[in-house]
Amino acid sequence: MLQAIQLQFAYNPQATFSYPDIHCSQETPLLITGKSGTGKTTLLHLLGCLLRPSGGRLIIDGTDTGLLPSGKLDRFRGKHIGIIYQSAHFMSALSVLDNVLLPRFFTRATPDTDKAKQLAARLQIDHLLHKLPAQLSKGEQQRVSIARALINNPQLLLADEPTSSLDDDNTDRVIQLLQEQAALSRAMLIVVSHDARLKQHFSNSVFLEG
Amino acid sequence: MTAKIILKNLIQHPLSTLLSLLLLTCGTGIISMLLVTQHQLATKLDNDLQDIDMVVGAKGSPLQLVLSSVYQIDAPVGNISLNEADKIAALPLVKQAIPLAFGDSYQACRIVGTDSNYLRKYGCRFREGHIFNRPLEAVIGSQAAALTGLKVGDTFVGMHGLGSSGHVHAEFKYRVTGILEQNNTVADQLILTNVASVWKIHEHHDDQGYPAYPVSRHEMEHDHAEHDKQITALLIKYRSPVAMISLPRMINETTPMQAAIPQLELKRLFSLMGVGIQTLQAIAFAIVLLSGMSIFIALYARLKERKYELALARAMGSSRLLISWFLVCEGLIMVITGFMAGMLLSRLGLYLLSKYAGSRYHISVFKNSLLPEEWYLLSATLMLGLLAAALPAIKAFRLNISKTLAHE
Repeated sequence: MLQAIQLQFAYNPQATFSYPDIHCSQETPLLITGKSGTGKTTLLHLLGCLLRPSGGRLIIDGTDTGLLPSGKLDRFRGKHIGIIYQSAHFMSALSVLDNVLLPRFFTRATPDTDKAKQLAARLQIDHLLHKLPAQLSKGEQQRVSIARALINNPQLLLADEPTSSLDDDNTDRVIQLLQEQAALSRAMLIVVSHDARLKQHFSNSVFLEG
Repeated sequence: MTAKIILKNLIQHPLSTLLSLLLLTCGTGIISMLLVTQHQLATKLDNDLQDIDMVVGAKGSPLQLVLSSVYQIDAPVGNISLNEADKIAALPLVKQAIPLAFGDSYQACRIVGTDSNYLRKYGCRFREGHIFNRPLEAVIGSQAAALTGLKVGDTFVGMHGLGSSGHVHAEFKYRVTGILEQNNTVADQLILTNVASVWKIHEHHDDQGYPAYPVSRHEMEHDHAEHDKQITALLIKYRSPVAMISLPRMINETTPMQAAIPQLELKRLFSLMGVGIQTLQAIAFAIVLLSGMSIFIALYARLKERKYELALARAMGSSRLLISWFLVCEGLIMVITGFMAGMLLSRLGLYLLSKYAGSRYHISVFKNSLLPEEWYLLSATLMLGLLAAALPAIKAFRLNISKTLAHE
């Protein structure tokens, strides 16, 4: 269960964002849409605990994230939140397998290679584990990002514009994949996108007004 | 995984890593070579000096007198009369006077006529055989034995002069009576005999028109009476410190001989060499500083392209400290590797120097343990690494994750 109550963020006194209350649960994935400049990415970063809000509260599965000191927030983020970025980024010097295992390492969990291989099999990237990320296609890289976001069994899976450069067929496929994988990992899914095609896939959505 | 991340990052940019390493290796290598050479030289000089307070010899360069008679590395200045030398030795302020008569050699090893006190002074022990008792008996130092291959009972003939070619004293054969153990003093590379042997060989020469004593050109013009025996130098130990004030002056002013004080001459020699060594050291330190700069630039420039990776790490749960630690470790690993390579380079250089030049100057500069100064050098290099990594690490610590991730 995720609750974001009256979240606010200010880059400077002139540019403040106030967000509507957001609720999300495991059963109903959430789509957050809105035009450019309405603070979509900022909201994603707030929900992903990459930014601290200047007002309001964010409660993820009972934890009031505003009360965590910065070191603990880092750990909380690593353990409970998986983020899929708009363009996939990796530690380019490490293999795909090591990249998938990175969140385990950063949260000081044991490197669970079996789990990584399971996820890879689920996402059909198990034949790519020993390659370098740069040797993969964009679609494969996105799948690796999904595996990496799910390796720690997070409660929340965030996706930033996962379909921005895809055609209709692939858009459907990616959204289905995300929903499927989130459900399999029992994670709440929140997708942030300006892509109007996604609305049909989500019963629960929030539209940000400028 | 930490090690993996750090190492893979270093290897990912091999050229800039290599440049930093190369600079550091050269810098620390040169500094270490200078330190060790200086240290070994000082130890060696000190070792050979023992407790010799003063050297008495013919007038000329005091430095040359010290180098030739104490260290056996320069040509002798000339000869002094035995009578005069005996007078000095008999002075109450003199505790011990060891006569030296040299100028001949065998296969580049110097033949030095002296007495048993000389062997005692350098703490020589016999590996086999015994000391010379009669004229034309000889004791061989360990290095000299290795070089010439002489064994107890062998005979050999001395050659006039210290060079590679000269008149061979074929009429007189030395017989080896003993071989010394190695004790890292000047005695190692000498062939020792008694003074009488040297006299015997050169007395004979007088008849044939050869100089009575080797390498003393001005003596050639004179004919010497049989009784006017000569030696090359006297090594003197004072009975009391008072002698230090009066004795050298007395000898220099009232006798045809000169007194040289080894300590003073060495100090003079080192101050002459010091300029060169300091210049080299300054250059080496500049190279080390440059390598520090290059490590800093490498880390700093790479930080720009790695910002996203570091932000990603933070997003995946890494603490600020950990990603700063990555950068510090990279700096430290570079300086430690550079330092170790520098030490290897320096030891390799010293080994080669010892091998090819050591025997010529009778000095071994090789040393496989680290000098205290080199430990200081290590801590200085570590500081340099920390310093070079400090700013990039602070920048990484302060990294704004959201901004970095959003702007990619």
